[in-house]
Amino acid sequence: MSDVKLWDFHGGIHPPEHKALSNRTPIQPAPLPARLILPLGQHIGAPAQPIVAVGERVLKGQTIAAASGRVSVPLHAPTSGTVSFIGPQPYPHVSGMLAPAIVIDSDGLDAWAPLAPCADYRGLAPEVLLEKIRQAGISGLGGAGFPTAVKLAARPQGKIHTLIINGAECEPYITADDRLMRERAAELVAGIEILAWLIQPEQVLIGIEDNKPEAIAALQAALGERPFGLRVLPTKYPSGGEKQLVELLTGQQVPSGGLPTDVGMLCQNVGTCVAIHDAVLQGRPLVSRIVTLTGEALARPMNVEALLGTPIGELLAFAGLDEARMDRLIMGGPMMGFTLPSLEAPLIKTGNCLLAPTRSELPPPPPPLPCIRCGACADACPASLLPQQLHFFALGQEHEQLRAHNLFDCIECGACAYVCPSSLPLVQYYRAAKAEIRELEQKQHKAEHSRRRFELRQERLRKAEEQKEAERQARAEQAARAKALQTESAALPDRTAPLAAQPSLAAGLLEQQKKLRIEASMAQIALKKAEKQLAAHATPELEAQVAELRAAVEAAKKALEAVTAAAPPAVPASNDAALKKAKIELAIKRTELKKAEKAGADDAELTCLREALASAERALHAAEEASDKPAPQLIRTDKRPVDEKLRTLKTELAFARADLRKLERDEAADPPALESARTRLAEAERKLAEHQSE
Amino acid sequence: MALPRITSPHATGSTRTRQVMQLVLVATLPGLLALTWLYGFGTLLNLLWMSAAALGFEAAVLQLRQRPVGFFLGDGSALVTAVLLALALPPYAPWWLTLTACGFAILFGKHVYGGLGQNPFNPAMVGYVVVLISFPLEMTAWPAPHAVGLVEGLQQILGIAALPDGWSQATALDVRKANRSLTMDELWAQNPAFGYLGGRGSEWVNLAFLAGGLFMLRRRLFGWHAPAGMLGALFLMSLLFWNGSDSDSNGSPLFHLLSGATMLGAFFIVTDPVSGATSNQGRLIFGIGVGILVYVIRAWGGYPDAVAFAVLLMNLAAPTIDYFSRPRTYGHRKAERGFKVGD
Repeated sequence: MSDVKLWDFHGGIHPPEHKALSNRTPIQPAPLPARLILPLGQHIGAPAQPIVAVGERVLKGQTIAAASGRVSVPLHAPTSGTVSFIGPQPYPHVSGMLAPAIVIDSDGLDAWAPLAPCADYRGLAPEVLLEKIRQAGISGLGGAGFPTAVKLAARPQGKIHTLIINGAECEPYITADDRLMRERAAELVAGIEILAWLIQPEQVLIGIEDNKPEAIAALQAALGERPFGLRVLPTKYPSGGEKQLVELLTGQQVPSGGLPTDVGMLCQNVGTCVAIHDAVLQGRPLVSRIVTLTGEALARPMNVEALLGTPIGELLAFAGLDEARMDRLIMGGPMMGFTLPSLEAPLIKTGNCLLAPTRSELPPPPPPLPCIRCGACADACPASLLPQQLHFFALGQEHEQLRAHNLFDCIECGACAYVCPSSLPLVQYYRAAKAEIRELEQKQHKAEHSRRRFELRQERLRKAEEQKEAERQARAEQAARAKALQTESAALPDRTAPLAAQPSLAAGLLEQQKKLRIEASMAQIALKKAEKQLAAHATPELEAQVAELRAAVEAAKKALEAVTAAAPPAVPASNDAALKKAKIELAIKRTELKKAEKAGADDAELTCLREALASAERALHAAEEASDKPAPQLIRTDKRPVDEKLRTLKTELAFARADLRKLERDEAADPPALESARTRLAEAERKLAEHQSE
Repeated sequence: MALPRITSPHATGSTRTRQVMQLVLVATLPGLLALTWLYGFGTLLNLLWMSAAALGFEAAVLQLRQRPVGFFLGDGSALVTAVLLALALPPYAPWWLTLTACGFAILFGKHVYGGLGQNPFNPAMVGYVVVLISFPLEMTAWPAPHAVGLVEGLQQILGIAALPDGWSQATALDVRKANRSLTMDELWAQNPAFGYLGGRGSEWVNLAFLAGGLFMLRRRLFGWHAPAGMLGALFLMSLLFWNGSDSDSNGSPLFHLLSGATMLGAFFIVTDPVSGATSNQGRLIFGIGVGILVYVIRAWGGYPDAVAFAVLLMNLAAPTIDYFSRPRTYGHRKAERGFKVGD
């Protein structure tokens, strides 16, 4: 072990480890909770889709939600019981948000569904093996939670030559992997073997920090003569970061913005390896995980194997939580973990540690002082960034500079903020700046999209305009040609000219007439008003006024008459009106007559009405003749009067037919009724035929 | 139950700016003791007076700028500025001169730019250069070792009674600069300003500052880059241009290392993070620049010593150095250099 070369990564820190708090006792099984909350999205990628219904009984290990899409994993019932609810439930997130989940009420039996263990996975095709891992719901148990099968399958860049097993566990407080390696070394090695068989790397390297001697010894014993390289790393945070571990073990760096697979390497967490062992060799899907319960607010800090979905409050209670002493609740470690706003959220696949510190244990940082550019952060940064410069640029929102100083290579490990003598919340600045830049990028993207659309539209409009213009020109040419033809035949007499003058004269007269009519009616109104007043209280002034107004009305009437007389008798407008009036009159007379006929009026009345209709017809004809409009081309149709009897017969026939059909469709109809309906139809048909032949 | 929502990291280290300042003050003790042993209580008196003045100025400006006075006084930066100035100024400089230096350092060296962390120039050096240019007579009056007592010294400082003639003498750097007739060997043998390796008296002071500097280096208050750069460059320059021991001699490398303000500059001035370069490589360049400039001014410039000028000139260059000394970020094939922004 000591003769193999190890590399180093830049920076790093040595925070107090606090690992002894929880790594002294063996892993305990957590008590079976009465109710489990299983969020559908416990991994990176699309959330699983429920395939059970509320009220359904499920067995332990039964799939309750299926993977949706490629980057997704299914979800299994961690214990037997009944699905009691599907919908929003608390989720372990700093915001305290709710997320869709399946809730299972445990029946206390913890009865397994039938499992399909596979002792000889070497006989399986790689795709089948991968599908087994995928169907077991395994996503990375180290913290990020990327679907393991996707990680194992995604290899377009070429072969994986180095498989790296991450047992560094560099975060303070967390000992879940430590205990796992100590107690389940054999399973871990078997899991690594499955992975090695699946991807056939040239070498397998296992990295463990030297602060876990027992785990190293256990693993060494379990490895035996296997050709896996166990590398003991000097304890330094963050050696367990994927990129840092790659550099420590191989001296190579993962390209910026890339993945270890870009340099032919693949990292898997030790917990994930054990889960793969369980899934393949025992057929057991991922329904539980090992989680560290630690912090000085707990009476019995320890590691437990807990069912996924167990409410966090129950786990902490099991470890003897003193809520009064707990200053905050952290999921994950003190360097990169996030706080939870309540104890209600459940344990999920990515939850490796629950830290309940007291105030004195993790005191809030003192108020920040100005940066003095001491450079301690740059010395601690494992990504070789210049954190203080980034901080100044973030303060000034200088996004170009932030990019130029590689803000997006920051892994947010917190080493810079840890060492900062001015207690500046550096990581928070970077997070905010990253979010700002991402948001701006999205906006820019959108603006760019809109710009392109606008340009395309302009282009389209331009083309349409051009086409229109071309058509217009073609039409103009055609018109010019037509005109040229017309001038050739210019000898034709112009008949339209003398007719044009007449309408304008008539229009002028009409205009005058209208004006005078208005004047006359206004005079009439004034007169009526005055007369009313006169009736109320007769005074000599009013009498004189009324007389005056009367005279004015007379004058106006006279003037109007004079003009009306002057206007040509056959004014087309009034003529049209007369024609219309005559038509309406005729229509009214006709309906009146019809009504009377229907109502069965006596003959005298009917004759009277018929005469009226005839006279209306005559009036219309007269009006038509008077009008200069051509008489309508009347086509007389020989319309026979409606035969009432025929109508009733036809109706009867239709009813009979409909009744029969209804009965025929009804299977339960009794035969006599059917028979009678048939005879009724026949009768109706016969009668109609008789009537028509008459 | 609502638990607090705090983003990571939750653990913080124990180093605080205030402690850094306190350690710097502790590291000045050997130099202070050497100065006091050699020249009497002048430096100590200056130190007390200037500390009070600096804190007064700081408090007044913070009040004017409507900043929390107690909070920022507690960072100790004003005190460090005053102490460094007191160590750099002549021990029996008059009270108004030290007050002027202090005022310029705090007001124009620091707060004009926005206070702690924002100043482009080393505040102590700003104050020093202002009085060096304005009051050359007072600034060249360094006492001869073991020549001044407490009471006469106090009277000199307060301007009540002048010290008798002959209390002050030219420093070794002054003598070398002004020398036109004697060889270096003759100077070493005869001139009272010359000691064993450097200036008489100043060689001990320099060694004391070196001790303090090594203490800070050990406590990791700063990296080795800037001091090593400055001392290395000064050594190389003086070696390269060491033209024997004639009357026009520039002086030996050891003479330059142990005379004047060399060690004070190397460990207490060029290590100032605020006005220096950011990255370790940048700091090395910064230190080298100071070392070269110190030698150039001492050998061919108009002033006998040059640490203050050299530091201020390099302060001007620090932002540019930063742009050209960015480290290679993890996962990148090469480091981004120069003023280029983005792709």
